[in-house]
Amino acid sequence: MTLTLALVQILNGLQFGLILFLIAAGLTLVFGVMDFINLAHGVQYMVGAYFVAAFTAMTGGFFTGLALALPAALIFGLLLELLIFRHLYDRDHLDQVLATFGVIIFLNQAVKFVWGAAPLNVPIPDALSGAIEITDGLLYPVWRLIIIAVGLLVGLALYLVVNKTKLGMLVRAGASNAPIVSALGVNIRLLFTIVFGVGAMLAGFAGAMIAPILSVEPGMGDNVLILAFVVIVIGGIGSIRGAFIAALLIGLVDTLGRFFAPTLLRALLDPSAASQTGRAIAPMLIYILMAAVLFFRPSGLFPAKK
Amino acid sequence: MKQSLKLAGLATLMMSVSAIPAMAQEKIKVGVIVSLSGAGAVLGQQARDGFNLAVKDLGGKMGGKDVEVIVVDDELKPDVAVTKVKGLLERDKVDFVVGPIFSNILGAIHKPVTENKTFLISPNAGPSSYAGKECNPYFYVTSYQNDQIHQILGNVAQKRGYKKIYLMTPNYQAGKDFVAGVKMDFKGEIVEESFIPLGTLDFQAELSKIASMKPDAVLTFMPGGMGVNLVKQYKQAGLLDRIPFLSTFTVDESTLPAQQDAAIGMFGGSNWAPNLDNAANKKFVAEYEKAYNSVPATYAFQAYDAALLINSAVTAVKGDMSDKTKVIAALKKADFPSIRGSFKLSNNGYPVQDFYLTKVAKRADGKFQTEIVEKVFSNYADRYAKDCAAQ
Repeated sequence: MTLTLALVQILNGLQFGLILFLIAAGLTLVFGVMDFINLAHGVQYMVGAYFVAAFTAMTGGFFTGLALALPAALIFGLLLELLIFRHLYDRDHLDQVLATFGVIIFLNQAVKFVWGAAPLNVPIPDALSGAIEITDGLLYPVWRLIIIAVGLLVGLALYLVVNKTKLGMLVRAGASNAPIVSALGVNIRLLFTIVFGVGAMLAGFAGAMIAPILSVEPGMGDNVLILAFVVIVIGGIGSIRGAFIAALLIGLVDTLGRFFAPTLLRALLDPSAASQTGRAIAPMLIYILMAAVLFFRPSGLFPAKK
Repeated sequence: MKQSLKLAGLATLMMSVSAIPAMAQEKIKVGVIVSLSGAGAVLGQQARDGFNLAVKDLGGKMGGKDVEVIVVDDELKPDVAVTKVKGLLERDKVDFVVGPIFSNILGAIHKPVTENKTFLISPNAGPSSYAGKECNPYFYVTSYQNDQIHQILGNVAQKRGYKKIYLMTPNYQAGKDFVAGVKMDFKGEIVEESFIPLGTLDFQAELSKIASMKPDAVLTFMPGGMGVNLVKQYKQAGLLDRIPFLSTFTVDESTLPAQQDAAIGMFGGSNWAPNLDNAANKKFVAEYEKAYNSVPATYAFQAYDAALLINSAVTAVKGDMSDKTKVIAALKKADFPSIRGSFKLSNNGYPVQDFYLTKVAKRADGKFQTEIVEKVFSNYADRYAKDCAAQ
């Protein structure tokens, strides 16, 4: 029984980690290739969730909603790049942080203005809304299994694109040394735009996939942004492989920590105190992990080679 | 020279301001201070709308005088609330302050209002802190004492013979009050007291644990957006058909528009529900839905009753607010037909009323509301009233 529960918690950790990966993948490329700190990346996640909510309500089906939301998220990301971010690439990091932070505030309010402050509800497609019984009484929602499958597929696709295609080669080269790539005659601006658009769309995709589980509300991207930064710092900035491994690591450590810490502490404390301290300690674990990684590998687990 | 000119100007200004209360006010002024922005915005809007509806039903008059309602937003920030409430007291010279929604805001405005000898009527927050020794003749509550709602759940769990229950709550003071409230009447085993970081949105790890522990019921206090997520995920995890879900401030008409079908069949504790069967309540619910296009929650009805309470006192003193002791005596009588039915005030200004177990249902018109399952407590006063020295 405890073993199955541990397995289920591992599934939970994987699912959480894969959502983080979808968000962090774009962030790490944008940071790595363009040396651009984009705090507004979490906003893409929120916008993706809102788009899927709006289009699902409009068309009546989640998948048609998703099919419309993805290009919308891509266009939205490209618009932001064209109008705002493009002018920040040559500025220093402080300017980028300030400007993109302003974008967060503006878009959180804009979303509230358009859709209201109350959370929106996105229904899961009926066929996928059930739960699978793993063992007696222990159920697992089908939708979360789909998130895991889709997350793994996206991870595989990104791996193939980055490692086996010419575009991927340019991206890797850009992450190592952008000026030289540019000097070799590659249109680095176009490369930047493509990377940015794909990254924005992936974050929007994460928001769209999570929308049926979480309520869609203003500011929902702000919390995941912090975790996404933890992921790319642990994984090594600019590395898709690093982001993938670090995201799963964070997902598992966070989920299993919440599960095991209270149980383990019971050996030392009374149940009520164990439950409280355990759940207080668990969220710290990922930051302790980050500190440890930075101590031993200051540029992350899989840094892009410089 | 400049300085003394300024001083002179200030002195004139102060004299002219202090001259105003000497004249009897032509109107009854009520300041409404609720949260209209931020996370609690929906609750504050309901309270504001409920109050305005009552004033409209009273024909805009109380005790023969016109009523002026001044609404301000506390932004769910105690420091902002103090500034705004001082504006109501000093600039607007209100006779009554109605608000707030949240207990932490009440903690900030209680002293400035009551020390100014202005009446403070809370349409929602009812913490224990002002119910016992610190009770005040200028403070009245039309909702409940907070513990009572949590106690309903523990009482129901005990009566239904649940042997082991699972408690889940955010890790802050109100969550601890929830656990204490449940334990008052529940004597069985509590298999887990799960204190979750405030702001958690994904509960899957907890839900897996619940599924494996198989408690007889899950009791939770998960307000706002956290509750919206928990309810959806509880249904998705397939637990709703297996383990009863009893909650406080987690499923009500303010969250149901987002929770929808996922919440059907979930239980809650309340002092009222939209389907409470009496003529005054039916009229209130119908009018509210017509005017504001949403189903009222307790916040709206408690604010409506706050206006009726004020009206009863102002009518009793014939609109003459000058003798505060007379107003206090009139308020304490609570001589008005509450839309919840039976209603009195204890000597501490908190209600004596009935409490119910409610259940979420979908109405014929497709909207969602809580409905009464059974009465849990009758004419129930809070346990702190005995410590209140005021008579």
